Amino acid sequence: MSKSMKIRGGLVLICLVLALFSLAPTLTSNLPAWWTDTVDPIHRGLDLQGGMHLVLAVDVDKAVESRVDTLIDQTEALLREKDTVYKRIERRQGDRLVVIVYDDQAGTEVDALMVESFPSLEQETFTVEGGFIEKHFRLSDTEIENTRDYAVRQALETMRNRVDQFGVSEPTLQRQSGNRILIQLPGVDDPDRAINLLGKTARLEFKMVAEEANLQDAVAGRLEPGTRLLYEKNVNRSTGAVTETPIVVYDKTALTGDLLADANVRIDTRFNEPYVAIDFNSVGAKRFDQITAANVGKRMAIVLDDTVYSAPVIRERIAGGSAQISGAFTSQEATDLAIVLRAGSLPAPVSIMENRTVGPSLGQDSIDKGIKSIIVGGILVIAAMVIYYQLSGLVAVIALVLNLFFISALLALLGATLTLPGLAGIVLTVGMAVDANVLIFERIREELRLGKAPKIALDVGYSKAFLTIIDANLTTLLAALVLFQFGTGPVKGFAVTLSIGIVASLFTAIFVSRVIFNFFLESRTIKRLSI
Amino acid sequence: MQIIKPDTNIDFVSKRKLAVIVSALLILIGIASLVVKGGPNYGIDFAGGTLVQVLFVEETDAGTIKDVLSGLDLGSMSVQRFGDNANEFLIRVENSSGELKGLSAEIGAALSAKYGADQVDIRRVEMVGPQVGKDLRSKGIKAIFYAMLGLLVYISWRFEFRFAVGAIIALVHDVTITLGVFSLFGKEIDLPIIAAFLAIIGYSLNDTIIVYDRIRENLAKYNKESFAFIVNRSINDTLSRTLLTSGTTLLVVLALFVLGGGVIHNFAFAMLVGVLIGTYSSIFVASPILIFWEQRKAGKLAAQSQ
Repeated sequence: MSKSMKIRGGLVLICLVLALFSLAPTLTSNLPAWWTDTVDPIHRGLDLQGGMHLVLAVDVDKAVESRVDTLIDQTEALLREKDTVYKRIERRQGDRLVVIVYDDQAGTEVDALMVESFPSLEQETFTVEGGFIEKHFRLSDTEIENTRDYAVRQALETMRNRVDQFGVSEPTLQRQSGNRILIQLPGVDDPDRAINLLGKTARLEFKMVAEEANLQDAVAGRLEPGTRLLYEKNVNRSTGAVTETPIVVYDKTALTGDLLADANVRIDTRFNEPYVAIDFNSVGAKRFDQITAANVGKRMAIVLDDTVYSAPVIRERIAGGSAQISGAFTSQEATDLAIVLRAGSLPAPVSIMENRTVGPSLGQDSIDKGIKSIIVGGILVIAAMVIYYQLSGLVAVIALVLNLFFISALLALLGATLTLPGLAGIVLTVGMAVDANVLIFERIREELRLGKAPKIALDVGYSKAFLTIIDANLTTLLAALVLFQFGTGPVKGFAVTLSIGIVASLFTAIFVSRVIFNFFLESRTIKRLSI
Repeated sequence: MQIIKPDTNIDFVSKRKLAVIVSALLILIGIASLVVKGGPNYGIDFAGGTLVQVLFVEETDAGTIKDVLSGLDLGSMSVQRFGDNANEFLIRVENSSGELKGLSAEIGAALSAKYGADQVDIRRVEMVGPQVGKDLRSKGIKAIFYAMLGLLVYISWRFEFRFAVGAIIALVHDVTITLGVFSLFGKEIDLPIIAAFLAIIGYSLNDTIIVYDRIRENLAKYNKESFAFIVNRSINDTLSRTLLTSGTTLLVVLALFVLGGGVIHNFAFAMLVGVLIGTYSSIFVASPILIFWEQRKAGKLAAQSQ
């Protein structure tokens, strides 16, 4: 055997061993740990293993609104502290804080206070209307931008916490452009529950009930300033029927869930019903203590995402910072509520932009069918090649089988994800991979017809076809790479296997098949080439 | 074995006027169908909407399912049998919902209430909001545009500009006809179909490049012959390869089409049409364009010299 033949044969062998090494974890799990630590099994996309692909949009405008609401609370407190007389403070157009005062002197005081306390606010307009003076303050564009950005990052962080507690293996959470968050949860068996867990705002608030409010007026839309109408959800224990009772609460939030230290599910022994026990941190406990002390005999509404869960009467001052949320939960609902409360609330509500969920049975179905198509398609191609090119066709077939082997190995090695369109890409590669060999064989036939000796025809055939193959494959690779760039889920999977397939087939069709020919032809003189 | 005898010399080039008519007819039929149906039939990836794939234990039919769901606010709805199972259905509705309890959950609940919870297996849910649909659509068009631009540059560099123009016209030809066939058959354009279109572009180009490569080689070899002769010679030289490769590719695409299952079915259909059209176009469209180009140039030169 010549030296160059040894080198090239050796290279093919090394590639084979490497491919076998990277594919082993996919084929069997009985391997030493160092092996499986080095190479993962081939990642299957959600469409093949079942699971959930979600794109959520964070309502960032709401985050800006609540930022203004916080400023309003702070401003109110400051104005009271300074004994400045004002009529009202309100939020307008989402990003604007308006203080309405009675006279110029109060106006000047407000201006001075705001400049001192919130220098970043832009004072925009100054209008007089019906004898009052309106002072407008607006968040700066940078601050709005920062608030939005922070809301998305915060939401992502919170969701990550929730997913961790939910217990999904290998979840993916990524921020996409703008206010979108991409979430992939492989193998989730209860998609509705997962969506609820992820997307629930879980804004927990304690608000005092406005007992003196007239419920009929409130339901008709006539509300006193500073109060709002909410509904209390009641579940009848025996029939399971859900009723909603209107209840008027003060706008001002007495306490929020931000001050929670922990939340756990407990069982109420009277009705054998689960409830969620919450513990405040030290700041929260102190404030809870103060509020309950000041409001004994009044009702306090426990509000979660604008729904009142319960509104118990404060019988006595509560020190120690513990409370409970009850509301006829199932034990799973209670567990999930405890999870979201522990993980923290979302800074703003989210909506679902995109949801693709595949059940595990369908995924397995797809794999089975994909593999069946590969096998059937492969056998048909093999038959065609062997009939058409005889022994040389067999060489092409060996190259093709090695090609499939290398594609799978590269998928594992690169940590690429195999999707259903990806499987289609492999099937397509099988069809197109033989193209390179067809080109070479047709060239060899041409050279043989010109009366050249088999070995020379082989050499000339390979070298003449080489440039054609490179040009043809590079253009296809170009299309595949653009496809990858465009890459959304399923399309990306197709682009990945197509690109890998082109590279692998270049190697097997040009290089490996040549080595096989040389191996058989080197030591003998042949009169006829089976082609 | 040989299908094409070595000395085969079919006169493809002289039939180029006929090819123009055939191609124009195919394109016109496609465009007419697109116009009549008011544009491509976008699937939920591009139009937005909700799709639920349900497997029922008991036998049922599309009409009953529609009746069960008629009470919900879903917009226009289509229910069809899907895949290999007799009782598997694909429910597609126009509306989508950003709420946490989405339309798919409502559909699932309504079906479970009617058929019983253990009778209904929701195997796949896809919900795409209108905004995402719009984004995906513009991304898809951009992808096809950039792919063509890249190819134009590459072929101009490797060959000549006129070759690049010929190749691109052939590609536009292929994609337009495939799009027309999709419209004729009432099939939906989805994300995987865009992938199929780009695969068709890649495949058809592959075919075209191989003929062009031979033209480039033969231009040097037969420098005394007319350009049309050389083009025809080159098509014949590569004919055996063209047919064999198209054949093997069609075999596997056919395997996908028949065995690949519901989700892959339309993808394979696009590929099937694309491979056939792509093979036709690399023989009858991409190469003859070079001759038209040459003739126009010759005409111009003649006009100038007068």
